[in-house]
Order: sequence, then C-alpha cells, then structure tokens
Amino acid sequence: MSYSFLRIVREALRGDRGWRPAWRDPAPKPHYDVVVVGGGGHGLATGYYLATEHGLANVAVLEKSWIGSGNAGRNTTIIRSNYLLAGNEPFYEHSMKLWEGLERDLNFNTMVSQRGVLNLFHSDAGRDAAARRGNAMRLHGVDAALLDEAAVRAMLPWLDFDGARFPITGGLLQRRGGTARHDAVVWGYARAADRRGVDIVQNCEVTGIRIAGGRVQGVETTRGFIGAAKVGLACAGNSSRVAALAGLRLPIESHVLQAFVSEAVKPLIDTVLTFGAGHFYISQSDKGGLVFGGDIDGYNSYAQRGNLPIVEDVAEACMALLPLAGRLRVLRSWGGIMDMSMDGSPIIDRTPVAGLYLNAGWCYGGFKATPASGWCFAHTIAHDAPHRLNAAMRLDRFASGALIDERGAGAQPNLH
Amino acid sequence: MRIPCPHCGMRGSEEFSYRGAAGPPPPAADAPAASWHDHVYLRDNPFGPHRELWHHRYGCRRWLVVTRDTRTHDIAGAVDASAWQPPA
Ligand SMILES: Cc1cc2nc3c(=O)[nH]c(=O)nc-3n(C[C@H](O)[C@H](O)[C@H](O)COP(=O)(O)OP(=O)(O)OC[C@H]3O[C@@H](n4cnc5c(N)ncnc54)[C@H](O)[C@@H]3O)c2cc1C
Ligand SMILES: [Zn+2]
Repeated sequence: MSYSFLRIVREALRGDRGWRPAWRDPAPKPHYDVVVVGGGGHGLATGYYLATEHGLANVAVLEKSWIGSGNAGRNTTIIRSNYLLAGNEPFYEHSMKLWEGLERDLNFNTMVSQRGVLNLFHSDAGRDAAARRGNAMRLHGVDAALLDEAAVRAMLPWLDFDGARFPITGGLLQRRGGTARHDAVVWGYARAADRRGVDIVQNCEVTGIRIAGGRVQGVETTRGFIGAAKVGLACAGNSSRVAALAGLRLPIESHVLQAFVSEAVKPLIDTVLTFGAGHFYISQSDKGGLVFGGDIDGYNSYAQRGNLPIVEDVAEACMALLPLAGRLRVLRSWGGIMDMSMDGSPIIDRTPVAGLYLNAGWCYGGFKATPASGWCFAHTIAHDAPHRLNAAMRLDRFASGALIDERGAGAQPNLH
Repeated sequence: MRIPCPHCGMRGSEEFSYRGAAGPPPPAADAPAASWHDHVYLRDNPFGPHRELWHHRYGCRRWLVVTRDTRTHDIAGAVDASAWQPPA
C-alpha cells in the first residue's frame, strides 16, 4: 500500500477504514541469511539496504522491546555533515545525500528539513577552527559558509551578541544540515524493509550468540534459537553487553545523554544553532517546542535518566546564548544510553568471529548517520568487507593507532 | 546523585570529576603493546555494580573509588583510592 496525497483523499472519503498496519508482526523463522540485532534506526536501515542494495530478503531485525524505543526515539534529531577528518566526512556526506532522497526512497514522510546548522564562535581562535573545518568540508565537496557577526545578526537578531564573556563573533553554517523526524525515520525504514520481505521481530531479546569453530551459527533469544549465516550487531548503548555474548570486549563505555523540550512558542529559531563556548545545541520543532541538549552526564550509565548538574549546565549555556529562553518552561526531559567509543568515532566492521559484524560506538552523533550507517553496514555484511566509506571505522584501529579522534581528547569519553 | 566522601561526608556529584573504571594498575612499561592496548582502550562496561574513580575536585581533592550500580546510579560506598586494592 503506497502512501500518497491521492490515497489520503481516497481513505478520507471512505471513513479512513482502509489503512493497514505499516509492517507485519511475524514470528521468527528458524533460520535467516542475516540476522540484525537491534531495531533502532541503524538496524532497520541495515535490513532495508540488505534487501534493496544486495538482494537479500531472508533477513530479520530483532528488537528486544519495540522498534525505536532506544536512542532512535530519544535524540534531538540534528542531521549534518560538518566533520573535520577524512575518516568521517565522506561517510557523513553520503548520509546527508541519502537524507536528501529518503522520503522518495522510503515512500514515507520523514520530515527531513534542511534548515541549516549554524555553529557559533566567540573568539579569534574559534574563527580559525571554524575556517579550518569549513575548508576541510569544502575539500570534500560539502557546503560550508563562514559567517561574520553581521551575517549572524541578520539571521538571529535576538542572540546575546555582546555578552562580556562570550561575545558572538560569527559562525560556520552548513545550509544543507537540519533536522528530521526521528520516529518517522524508524517507521519509514521498518515499513520499507518489511515491504521487501525483511522480518521485523519485536519483543525478541538476544540473550546468546552461538559460535562453532570460530563461526557464528545464530542467536539465542527470548523467543528461542534463531539460526543465521551472518549476524550484525546494531545495539547502540548496549553494544558492550551484546558483544560480550560473543566473548568480545569493546573500546566502549555506555553513557547517558539528556535532552529537553520547552513549551511551544511561535516560530523563533529557523535553523539548528550551537554554542561555541560550551556544549549546547538547540532547534525548534514543528510543534513549536524548543528542543535542546548539551553534554553527556559523564559517568558510566545504563539508567536512561540523568542527574541535575547537567540540567543546570545546559540551562546556563542556554541563558548565555539566548537570554529570552529564561522565560520559557521546560516541558519534558529524558535520557538515552549511548555507546561512547574511545576516540569519539563509530565502528562499522567485521569482528574476530567469522560471520559476526559490529555497528557501534555512535556517541552523540548516530542519528544523522542512520542512512549511511545502514547502507555501509549492509555492504560490509553482504560482501564480508567494508565499503570505502566506512573503511576507516575499524574495530582494530585502537591497536593499529589509526584513530579518528575529532576532538583530540584521547580515551576519555566524557571529554569527547 | 550524591557521593559519600570518606573525608568530607555526603556531597553532590557536581563537586567531583569522573575518571572511569577503577581497574588494575597499568602494565609494566616494557609489557607487550597488546597489554597496553587492552589497558588504555578496552572496557568491561558492566551492567550493574561498577568500581570507578572520582576525584573530589571541589572538596578534599582526594581520589576515591566509588561502587555504583550503572543500572540505577545507587551508590553502595566510597573509599579513598589509596586504601583500595584492585581485585586480583
Ligand atoms: C538525548 C540524545 C540526543 C541525541 N541527539 C542526536 C542528534 O541531535 N543528532 C544525532 O545525529 N544523534 C543524536 N543522538 C545519538 C543517536 O540517537 C544515536 O547515536 C543513534 O540513535 C544510535 O543508533 P540506533 O538508532 O540504531 O540506536 P537505538 O535506537 O538505541 O537502537 C538500538 C536498539 O537495540 C536494541 N537492543 C539492545 N540490546 C538488545 C538485545 N540484546 N537484543 C535485541 N535488541 C537489543 C535496543 O532496545 C534498541 O532499540 C542523541 C542521543 C541521545 C540519547
Ligand atoms: Zn572529599
């Protein structure tokens, strides 16, 4: 059943009785060519691209809860491709290009909104760093514009430009960046994968990984054993726990990141804005709420909720940037558990176990990566070899020294 | 979250900075690269009780080993790091 304007009109005239569930609810089969563990954005996108790009339809995506119950449904929905390093930037730009065609591709309104991402700076050093990053992006064929103070004032006149401590002196703008509707991305990939024959099995937790002779045989689950020629792990936040089922110890710590939404107000911020003198990012949802966040809490956690010091920290950064927000009430806050890798960059790779593949370590930035992550992971699984775009995102880079450390902060996740 | 500092008493976690898992001491300087890799980069990342290093930065400035449950943030106790022995 295709979605279209015509279809909405037709269903409306028939009392909306013709809509069907967007995906099936199949019982797991005894054996699949590929089992993907984790029904977040990345796992579902992997299932979709395995079917569409590699002709594999005997595929299941297993989710312990409901799809999108993890980070995919908890993030602040920012999409961008403004990375500095060559190991990252072409990958994220591929993701941006997939975002640009995603709604047509999936036949689903994922509400991709290229409203721009503006990273402010507040000093000469900040301007130099922004210029360097912008140049690196342009060398990779990605759009970047360095704005002076006057140009930022014209865009967002109500920011605190003249604060004595962090005066705003300009910003780096990626106009093609923006936001997308996180839940719709999950549902869109699920529906499109399902239509191509991929089984999406919810309430099915993987509790063991069966290995014989160094090769994966399948997974033990709360719904019984499921055989598989290949198994791909996409369990953001819980990667260490699931990989441990195969005897792997990962370069990852799980940390909690909080997010906040204010009461709805009239249109105020028509871009995505980040503070350059602290970690703070904000945008406005179509319902009018300001959606914002900052740093991780900074200690290992699987609790999906954070503590008050970060609430204070985020509120302070918010007030330093846009004092008018002080009159707004926060409606909701929540937390999600993310894999923090030891260099701040992700892993999409094979593992020492034959037939077992790993997609992990997304840190703060895995939502924007969803399309390319699924695309590259599907390629890596189908060909048993990474694609050029994820070739640097290796599991063994911590041993070889070929790290992808955008921040240069070292193996200390709460500094990334 | 509040941490019971053995020197200062119960204090808000914002007075402390977090280092990570309190593990065994680093390998010998001439240990094989693989041992250093494991020490610097790999983590147990447990789902449950975790022994971890916190520095009482805005207090007594001592390093503490705190036992905290990563599922709930419940803190079972804290001792001065100099009084702590990693499990063998
Ligand atoms: C508050 C917050 C804000 C964020 N903001 C942004 C942002 O603005 N931009 C951005 O790019 N990124 C952002 N991120 C990061 C982004 O959300 C994640 O990196 C990304 O969603 C991770 O991939 P995923 O969607 O596959 O993860 P998830 O949705 O977490 O999927 C993993 C799934 O695996 C399942 N699972 C785990 N263990 C098992 C098991 N044993 N068996 C079966 N299933 C299992 C989980 O239930 C979960 O559904 C944010 C994250 C948080 C928490
Ligand atoms: Zn103290």
